[in-house]
Amino acid sequence: MIAMRAQAIDTVADLFEHDPSVAVVLAEISVERFAPVFAHDPSRAVNVGIMEQTMVGVAAGYALEGFHPVIHTITPFVAERALEQLKLDFGHQQLGVLVITVGGSYDYGTEGPTHHSPGDVQALLTIPATEILVPGTAAEADRLVRATYANDHVTYLRTQTVANDEARDVEFGRLLVERRGSGATVIAVGPMLDRTLEATAGMDVTVLYATTLSPLDAETLNSELAGHDVIVVEPFYAGTLAGVVSEALRDQLTRLHFVGVPRAVIRDYGTPEQLDRVLGLDAAGIRRQVASAIG
Amino acid sequence: MSTLTLDRDEIVRLAALATGDEKHEASSYSTLDALLVLYGRVLQVDPTDPAWDERDRFILSKGHGPAAYYAVLAWRGFFPEQWLPTFTRQGSSLGSHPDRLLVPGVEASTGSLGHGLPLAVGVALALRAKGADQRAVVLTGDAELNEGSNWEAIMLAPQLRLGNLTLLVIDNRSSTIDLVPIHERLAVFGWHAEQVDGRDHAALAAALNARHDVPAAVVAVVGPRS
Repeated sequence: MIAMRAQAIDTVADLFEHDPSVAVVLAEISVERFAPVFAHDPSRAVNVGIMEQTMVGVAAGYALEGFHPVIHTITPFVAERALEQLKLDFGHQQLGVLVITVGGSYDYGTEGPTHHSPGDVQALLTIPATEILVPGTAAEADRLVRATYANDHVTYLRTQTVANDEARDVEFGRLLVERRGSGATVIAVGPMLDRTLEATAGMDVTVLYATTLSPLDAETLNSELAGHDVIVVEPFYAGTLAGVVSEALRDQLTRLHFVGVPRAVIRDYGTPEQLDRVLGLDAAGIRRQVASAIG
Repeated sequence: MSTLTLDRDEIVRLAALATGDEKHEASSYSTLDALLVLYGRVLQVDPTDPAWDERDRFILSKGHGPAAYYAVLAWRGFFPEQWLPTFTRQGSSLGSHPDRLLVPGVEASTGSLGHGLPLAVGVALALRAKGADQRAVVLTGDAELNEGSNWEAIMLAPQLRLGNLTLLVIDNRSSTIDLVPIHERLAVFGWHAEQVDGRDHAALAAALNARHDVPAAVVAVVGPRS
C-alpha cells in the first residue's frame, strides 16, 4: 500500500505535469520522490537546501507572480520554524500555498522530541482562513490535494505513516457519517478513524469522520448531533480543535471532550504504534477515554 | 531604464507631508536617494497600470521609514499626494509598513525583517520561469542583514544564477554586528557586489542598472543612523 506522503507527492507531480501554474519548492526533504517535476520543468521546481524559512519565502515569490506553489518538508520544520513566513508571506498577503508535511505528531518516534510536532495544527490555526486537511489514507490525500492545490488559500495537508485500512469518498469541507447512534457524537480525525470505530464498537454513539478540519462542516455536525456529549479523537495535542468545534456548535448545549496527544514532552522512543499505546491513543486507550467522557 | 528628472526637493516635500515634519528632516532619510533613483532612473513601472506584466518588481524589505517610499510612489503617480498626510492614521492605506493590498504600486507586504530577500528570490525565479526579462529588486537595511533568513537567501541566489535579482543594501551603519565591508562579504557568496555612495545619484543609477549573470548587490553607504 502506498504511503500518504508518497501519494501526495505523486499527485503533485501529476498536477505539475499538466498544470503550468504549479511550482514546487523543497528544502531537501523528499527530493528523490519529486524527481519527475525537476525532470519535467526545472524552472518551476527548486530545492533550496536546508532552509525552511527561505523555502516558504521563495514559494510566496512564486505566488506573487501567479503560480500555485507547493512546499513540503518534515512537519515541525515548516509548521513551527517557518510559522512567521507562513503567517506573513502567505496569510497576511492573501496568497495561496499547499503545504504538505510528513511526520505528524510522533511519526518520527525514534528521533525524539526535536522531530515531534503535535502542536502543528494548533499553530497553523492561528493564521486566519487557513485550511487544515488530515487525510486518513493515501487515496484520500490524492483527492484532497487535487481539490485544493489551486484554490489560493493557505492549505495545510498533514500526512502520517499510520493509515486507515479503507479509503472513504472524502470531499473537501465535508464530514462523513460512519455510524449513527443516539447517546453521543464522536468525531474521528484522519488516521484515528479505524481505531475509533474499534474503540466505540457496541456503544450507542454517532461517529463522524473528519478530514477537513478547517473549515469544519458545521452543517453536518449540527444535523447529525447525537446526545449532549461530543468527543473529538484527534492525532495531535488534545484540545487542538476546541475552537473550530465550539464555533461550529455555538448554538448547541454540548459538553466537549478531547482525546488526543497529552500536552507534555514525549521523551519515550518507539514506533508510532508503540507511542500510541503509551499515550492512550490505541483503540483500547480511546475506548477508555470515550467511556469515561460519556459516563 | 527610466530617465525622469530626479527632483529631490519634491520628494522631501512629499515625505514631509506624510510625517508632518516642518523641519524637512526627510532630507536625511537613508532610503530617499536610492528610492528616487530606482523610481526615476531604473525601474520600469506604469503608475496607470500597477499590475502591468512587464514592470520590474521592487520589494521594500527595510522596515523603518516608509515615508520616503510613499513619497516616491506619490511622485510617480501611483496614488494622489493627498494620501500622504493620512500616513499611519486610522482608516489610511499608508501604514508604517507597506501593504500590497492597500497601496497601488506596492509589490509585497513587508515589515518583519528578513522576509523581503527570500520573497524576491522567488519572484526572480518565477519571472525566469515565465521567460520574462523583468527584474526583481529588493531593498534591505544593513542591520536587517542580522536576520538569518537573509543569509539563507544570500547563499541560495548565486547558486541559482539569478541575474535578474538585485539586492540594494542601505548601509547607515546601524548594524550591531559589524558587517563592514558588506559588499566583500556578499561577494564571497558569489554575488556581483559593489559599494557606492548612497547619496550619489549617478553612481546609484549606474550600479543599479547594470545586469550580470549572477545576482547583483549594491551597498549604498549613507550617513550613520540616518
